[in-house]
Amino acid sequence: MDWFPLLNSLRIAAISAGIVFFVGVAAAYYIARLPRLVKGVLDVVLTLPLVLPPTVVGYLLLCVLGPRRVVGAWVAEHFAVKLTMQWWSAVFAVSVIIFPLMYRTARGAFEGFDETLADAGRTLGLSNSYIFWHIRMPACRQGILAGAVLAFARALGEYGATSMIAGYTPGRTATVATEVYQLWRTGNDALALRWVLVNIVISAAVLLAVNLLEKKEGRS
Amino acid sequence: MSLSVHIYKELRDFTLNVQFDSDGGVMALLGASGCGKSMTLKCIAGLETPDRGTIVLNDSVLFDSTKRINKSPQARHVGYLFQHYALFPTMTVKGNLYAAAQRLPQEKRKRAVDEKLRTFRLETAQNLYPRQLSGGQQQRVALARALLSEPECLLLDEPFSALDNYLKWQTELELRELLKNYRGDVVYVSHDRDEVYRLCRDVCVLADGRSEPKRSVRDLMEAPWTVSAALISGCKNFSRVQRIDENHVKCLSWGVTLETAQEVNNVCTYAGVRAHSFHIARGGEPNRFDAKVVQVIDDTFSTILMLLPDGGTSAIRMELPKKEWAALRNPSVVLVGVAPEQVMTLSGEL
Repeated sequence: MDWFPLLNSLRIAAISAGIVFFVGVAAAYYIARLPRLVKGVLDVVLTLPLVLPPTVVGYLLLCVLGPRRVVGAWVAEHFAVKLTMQWWSAVFAVSVIIFPLMYRTARGAFEGFDETLADAGRTLGLSNSYIFWHIRMPACRQGILAGAVLAFARALGEYGATSMIAGYTPGRTATVATEVYQLWRTGNDALALRWVLVNIVISAAVLLAVNLLEKKEGRS
Repeated sequence: MSLSVHIYKELRDFTLNVQFDSDGGVMALLGASGCGKSMTLKCIAGLETPDRGTIVLNDSVLFDSTKRINKSPQARHVGYLFQHYALFPTMTVKGNLYAAAQRLPQEKRKRAVDEKLRTFRLETAQNLYPRQLSGGQQQRVALARALLSEPECLLLDEPFSALDNYLKWQTELELRELLKNYRGDVVYVSHDRDEVYRLCRDVCVLADGRSEPKRSVRDLMEAPWTVSAALISGCKNFSRVQRIDENHVKCLSWGVTLETAQEVNNVCTYAGVRAHSFHIARGGEPNRFDAKVVQVIDDTFSTILMLLPDGGTSAIRMELPKKEWAALRNPSVVLVGVAPEQVMTLSGEL
């Protein structure tokens, strides 16, 4: 059994979750402070990828990153790199798909934060960045971590947008999800089943981690 | 040492209009809940911005709307004791203190923190988290933390409201000592007149966002000027009045005319009499009238009588020592008196 698809899935998920962690937390923090109307609009836009079919997200991404489209053509011309059909192309797709999960949970965690703690920090002369990293983030840690793990789990399972933007090249862009589809399509049921089991075990482990995190939060 | 506050701020339910100058010592902001006390503290600390006005602390202008000065909370050096203490929950006691010591030079931090742990008797609790502490300990941590940042004034927001009765007294004794030794201005926010009477020198009554001129606490309790000040000082009986002459008012709700020691001025709208200022009268004294006993309520240490004066429309509340009431043997009518010095003439509306 060639383990490349698993390795590829894990690295795509890890990189995407890493990026989305920072972007999602920052978005949650700043958007919470915006006027109600702007907040409402941004909320809808940023949550859309959660409810759209991944193929729609993939299509929209190709409209931007495709070899003959605005960004894709520009990058190809200046850096001689194609943005699609690489293993890391999937990072674009997966990041967009999992962003709402991170953003929403982080916002929920921030909204539950007692602002008088930040006020206390300010009257004590603490800088805003100290307050953010040493007071706000630790107080919201469990909620944010749970969001990150959930986003990572979703990233592992992404199929639709990934297959459109990174395609399926054995040993190059294959992920567990696309591998299963290919094996099933070519009639290799036994191997497909093995990958299915691997996938279920990993996802269950990740969800277990989320539950443990949330339970810990409930206790404190 | 001085703190001068003159601010206006439009709020949803009322307009905050607070004016006072404090020159060292402990000054109380006394008012019912929701009257703008905490909002005033937040404006002083820079956590809220007034619409107009000035805030000056020891020659340093913290806020001036005409000069467009509005210092950040970090730059104001104001110590704030929050109502529920606002200890950082993810840090230990020691961690909370070290956070506040950030402003000190690195080499001084440890000494300063150790010193506060000792003076506030927190050495044994230093590695505990805030949720593991008693209410009194939490307050000590919050005070130690506020003082570590070497503030030029202290704002105390209902410091005892989060404590149960027994702890309250113990903590009050400790706070007393601390305030005695503290050199800057202290603004003490409370709705409890007894606390204020014991701990503060001056008081500024706040009603619906509007402050009354600063007075000594003793003066306020003896002779409040307004109905709201009398209410917050614990007065239970009010009657709308008509001025008769400079020493007599006709109390419309009670149907009696009372002699006052205080001069009755033109803005006098109400008379106020404390429940324990009424007494059972004998013949010959001024301000006596017959009243029907409507209700008798047995209170913890006294007997409360609700009495309807002859010709009156609303009942007065009178408090008597239990023994004195028992000696009267349940009369249906009593002769009530009140000394002219005990009749407060008040302005404003109820």
